[in-house]
Parts: sequence; C-alpha cells; structure tokens
Amino acid sequence: MSNKVSELSMLEAINETLHSEMARDERIVVLGEDVGRNGGVFRATEGLIEKFGESRVVDTPISEAAIAGSAVGLAMAGLVPVAEIQFLGFSYQAMHQIAGQIARLRYRTQSRFESQITIRAPFGGGVRTPELHSDSLEAQFANIPGLKIVLPSTASDAKGLLTSAIRDPDPVLFLEPLRGYRGIRDLVPDEEHIVPLGKANLIKKGDDVVIISWSYQVELSRRVAESLEGEGISAAVLDLRSIVPLDIEAISQIVSHCGRAVVVQEAPETGGFASEIIATINDECFWSLEAPVARVSGFDVPYPVGMLESLYVPDEARIRSAVLKTMENG
Amino acid sequence: MAKPNDKQLQMILEDMVIARTQAGRLWNLQRQGQVGTIAPIDGHEAAVVGAVHALEPESDWVLPQYREPLGLRRYGPEVLDTFMLYNLGHPAGGHIPDPVKVAPSQISLGASIPHAVGLAWGMSLKNESGVVLVFFGDGASSEGDFYEAGNLAGVLKAPVILFCINNQWAISTPTHLQTAADSFASKAEAFGIPGVTVDGNDPSAVYEAVFNARKRALNGKGPTLIEATVYRLGAHTTADDPTRYVPSDELSAAQEKDPVHAFIKDLTDRDLWSDTKQKEIETVALEIMDDAFEKAKNTPLSANSLMDHCFVSDTSRQLRQRSFLMESMGKSNE
Repeated sequence: MSNKVSELSMLEAINETLHSEMARDERIVVLGEDVGRNGGVFRATEGLIEKFGESRVVDTPISEAAIAGSAVGLAMAGLVPVAEIQFLGFSYQAMHQIAGQIARLRYRTQSRFESQITIRAPFGGGVRTPELHSDSLEAQFANIPGLKIVLPSTASDAKGLLTSAIRDPDPVLFLEPLRGYRGIRDLVPDEEHIVPLGKANLIKKGDDVVIISWSYQVELSRRVAESLEGEGISAAVLDLRSIVPLDIEAISQIVSHCGRAVVVQEAPETGGFASEIIATINDECFWSLEAPVARVSGFDVPYPVGMLESLYVPDEARIRSAVLKTMENG
Repeated sequence: MAKPNDKQLQMILEDMVIARTQAGRLWNLQRQGQVGTIAPIDGHEAAVVGAVHALEPESDWVLPQYREPLGLRRYGPEVLDTFMLYNLGHPAGGHIPDPVKVAPSQISLGASIPHAVGLAWGMSLKNESGVVLVFFGDGASSEGDFYEAGNLAGVLKAPVILFCINNQWAISTPTHLQTAADSFASKAEAFGIPGVTVDGNDPSAVYEAVFNARKRALNGKGPTLIEATVYRLGAHTTADDPTRYVPSDELSAAQEKDPVHAFIKDLTDRDLWSDTKQKEIETVALEIMDDAFEKAKNTPLSANSLMDHCFVSDTSRQLRQRSFLMESMGKSNE
C-alpha cells in the first residue's frame, strides 16, 4: 500500500470517501435532498450519481422524516444507507425517526434489526447562513442512547472517521462543519484510511492547560494554543473527534497532566456537551485540578441572524481569554 | 386467485376465531395483573387476518402497529410467542426470530410507514420478489410520517401496501375530527397511487383488495393505499374506558355486524363451519396461548439485558454502568 497523501479540503475528503466506500461496498445507498444530479448543495456527493447510478444515489422528496425513516427500512433490507440531511437544523423534522426509531432499533429488537445507517449533516456557524442552517445540536443527540456522534475537525479525519462511520454496524450522526468544508485543508492519505470512532486526538501537546473541543472549534483552539506558546503558556489541544463514544481516558490523561482545562463548544451554554465534559473531569480527575474548568460556549439564545453571528460564535479572543483566566486561577 | 377458496376461507375464520378467543384471555390476564397494557383486536379480526392471508409469509413483510399481533398467526407461532414476552415486558418481546418477516409492535403512530417504504424499496433494489404491508390506523394517517412516506412510496413505486384500518376511533377522537377528507383512501390521490376502500368486516373483500395490491406491487406498478373500515368493538386499550365517549347505540349497531360472528354464520350456512369446529378451535386457541404464556414466563431474564443491544458493543461509559449495575446487585459481571 502506498503512503501517498494529497492536500484536500474537508469537502473533497468527504466526497472522495463516499466514492471509495460506494465502490467498495455495493450495499451502500446514498439518499437525500439534491444529492444526485446536483451533487449536494455543497458538492459533497458530486459525481456519485454518474458513477453509481440512480438506484444507488437517490434524490428524495423534501422529507427529512422519510429520509431517516426509509433508511431504517433500507437497513432492514440489508442495505447500508448513507443519508444526508441538508442542514442539521432541518433534522428537527426527522427527530422522531432519528431518536425514536433509528437510535433504538437494535435495542428494541434485541439485535434482530440493526441500524447500519450514517446520517451526514453540515452544521455550525461562521458563514452567515439563513435561519436554522447553523445550529449546533450535538448535545441534543448525545442525550439519545444508541446514536454515535462524530465531528471531524480535519480533512484527514473526515476521511478516516467517515469510513469508520459507514462501516459501523450502529447508527452514526456524522456532523460536518460548514466553515470547514472549504476552510480546512490538510494532507489526506490517498489509500484506505480508517480512524476508529471513540479515539480522541491530542493534536497539540502541552503542559500547563488543555483546550478540549470538537469540530471547527478545534481549529480555533489550535490557533490560540500556538499563539500562547510565545507567551510562555504551554497549551495542549484535545480533539474529541466523537462525543459518543467519548474517549474518557484521553480526557482524564491530559487533564491530569495539565491540571487546568478549558472546554470549547459552539452550542448554547446550558445543557451543552461541554457540561458533560466537565462532569466527566469531575468524575475522573477532580483532585488533579489546579483551577476550575472553564467553558467557552455560544449564548443561551437561538442561533442569531447573520449580523449578530460574530458576537455569538466563540472566536479566538474568547478562547484565549478563557485560557488566560484559567491560568490566573488557583 | 383474487378470491379466497373454501379452504382459505376456513383458515381465515380459524385465525379470526383464534384471535378473538385469545384476545379475551389476554384481557383477563391484564385484569389479573399478569401482563401490561393491551390494545384489543376486537372488531379488527377480518381486516387483519384477511389481509395477511393474501400475503406470502416466505417473501412478504408485515409491519404491525400494535393491535394486530394476535391476527398474524399465518406468519407462524413465533409471532404469538414473542408477543406474550412483549406483553410481559420482557426485552425478548421485541425480537421476533429470523426468518419470520414480521416486525415487532410499533408504538409511535405511523412511524413504521417510512420503514415499510424503505424496506420495500430496498427489496426491489436487491431484486427480491415480495411486498411489504404496513398496518396503521385512521388516527395515524394524520401523522406527518404517513404523508412523507406515502409520497416517497409513490415517487419510488415501492412494492408496499399501506393498510389503514379505520376503526372509527383514535382513542376518543372520531373520524370526522380526524379528517375532512371523504375517506382515508382518498388521501392516495395526493401520492399518485391507487386508494381503495374495502369493508373491513368482510375478510373475502379484504383478501381480494390485498391480493390485487400485492399483484400490482409485484408487477412493478407501485404502492396501494387500502382503507379497511371496521368498528372498534373493544376499548382502545386496557387503560381506556370507551363508555365515556362511544355512543351506546352506535356500538350496538356495530356489534350487530361483528366480523367474527358474521363470518361464522356465513361459513356455517355454507357448511364450511360448525359448532363442533368452533369449540375445537376455541380450545386450541386457549391451549396455544397458555403454552405461549408459560414459555414467556419461563424465559430467563438477566440484569445484563438492561444494557445489552444498545450498540453492538458497549462504549467505555456503558461498560462502567454495566459494572455498576452488577455491583449494586451484588452479582458478578457475566
């Protein structure tokens, strides 16, 4: 196997992965709104219909519940649906099928049926979308047992994690950061690339404080951590990659090492997944802490319109300020 | 044949009588506190049994709502065995074993309709010959899933039969508060598929409607919406008191048309049924049910079942929770 790599955007990495997985496994069916002729509104599914045909790449009616619900039936028939919800905010219209059916299909049938279903959806702010296109709903889904939630922050991980998601016998919600589609580029292995679900990635080592995050906020956290090097603060960055399963061990190890932690999320503060991380830190390594764990979040308001967006979404300045405050504490 | 022959008519009546008899026993078991909430099949027997007798269990799937399982005897004894586990609240009650093509009861109204469409679509993608029949009620037809899935089925020409049992009531809500449409079958027009209304008290008519819908689906012509009109003769569930809202004269009129009684009379008049046969089948029905109930009660249950089958393997957090559960029970982790 060659070790060749190519520089790809996250979008290109996702598209390439869909191509290679569909070529590998003829059971895979891609379904969603505008995924066929149009190649997806962001071109994530570009070229699939030409290569794999209309029976495997299906433009559905505008019916999120029927996309998610028919995926259950496709899985029951022995196929492997890879569904796209055009924007995560639209998943509310499929919530009863995702939460009430897909996530519990294995449990309620004692594994007679399983949901080998991947649901891809772009989400997250920073690109001034219309309403409901940017909402970060990961914590809402994390409270639904039976659903894995994967959030890549690099193009390489997007390939490795999407490959794992599609092959996973359980349902995976694969969340793609809108800002990262073209804004994130890195070296992606040309050959098959697998990143197991549930393994966090320490993308930057550090000794004084760790910034824990997922998805696009990892990129911002990394920039902050690098800028702090020059100021004598050694900040580590842990990319969770998936919040279900959660790499508790990796969190515990790095927090114990640093003694200080900042958790960064784009979602609203109350009930966000950052709270879960902090509770986990309390359980695992409270006595190694030298300061209270800080969290950087969106605000407890609906995701705002474009002109207010930059006030809402955590940026480098807010992350930096939280890190500095954590360093002063204790 | 589009119409059931004499032998089939007898088998249909057997299954109807068995369903009715077992429903009575099940109601009593619930009243004795031996099983959980039950949704009685009374009044639906001809619609359910007539429909599944027009299917081929080897190739065709049935996705029930929750009132139908006692009428699915054609699909094998595993359906009742599993249903009794389900009624006990045993986790194995959701696992009807392979290769029986029946899904477990669906509590979310209409939620199985998109599953049925996806399953039928998947079967046709795999060139498997067969259809999917999904049961739901008049009330479920007001859910978004019905419209989204019906529309998708029409577009895909999926080999699916959308079988709406209109029993006139959604708990206490009568059909005129459920829809302003002329019929539930008329909603098929919006999906671009045929909509058929059939007397759900007449098992031959139901058989014929499903037979034709199946044939059409197998010929690649797509789905059919069938509305079988019946009257719910019992309560919505064991937790419901229908005397609060069902007009007694209306119920009396419906009881006059009781599908089981009418079909017994019909086949008796044609020398295809007798009192002796009736008694024999009733006895068999109770024996089968008692056996199934005994088996269900003797099915082992481990505390691990609480954690099993969420994912194919536990997350690290679930592993800890499993250990906590076992420790708190003073048992070793199996």
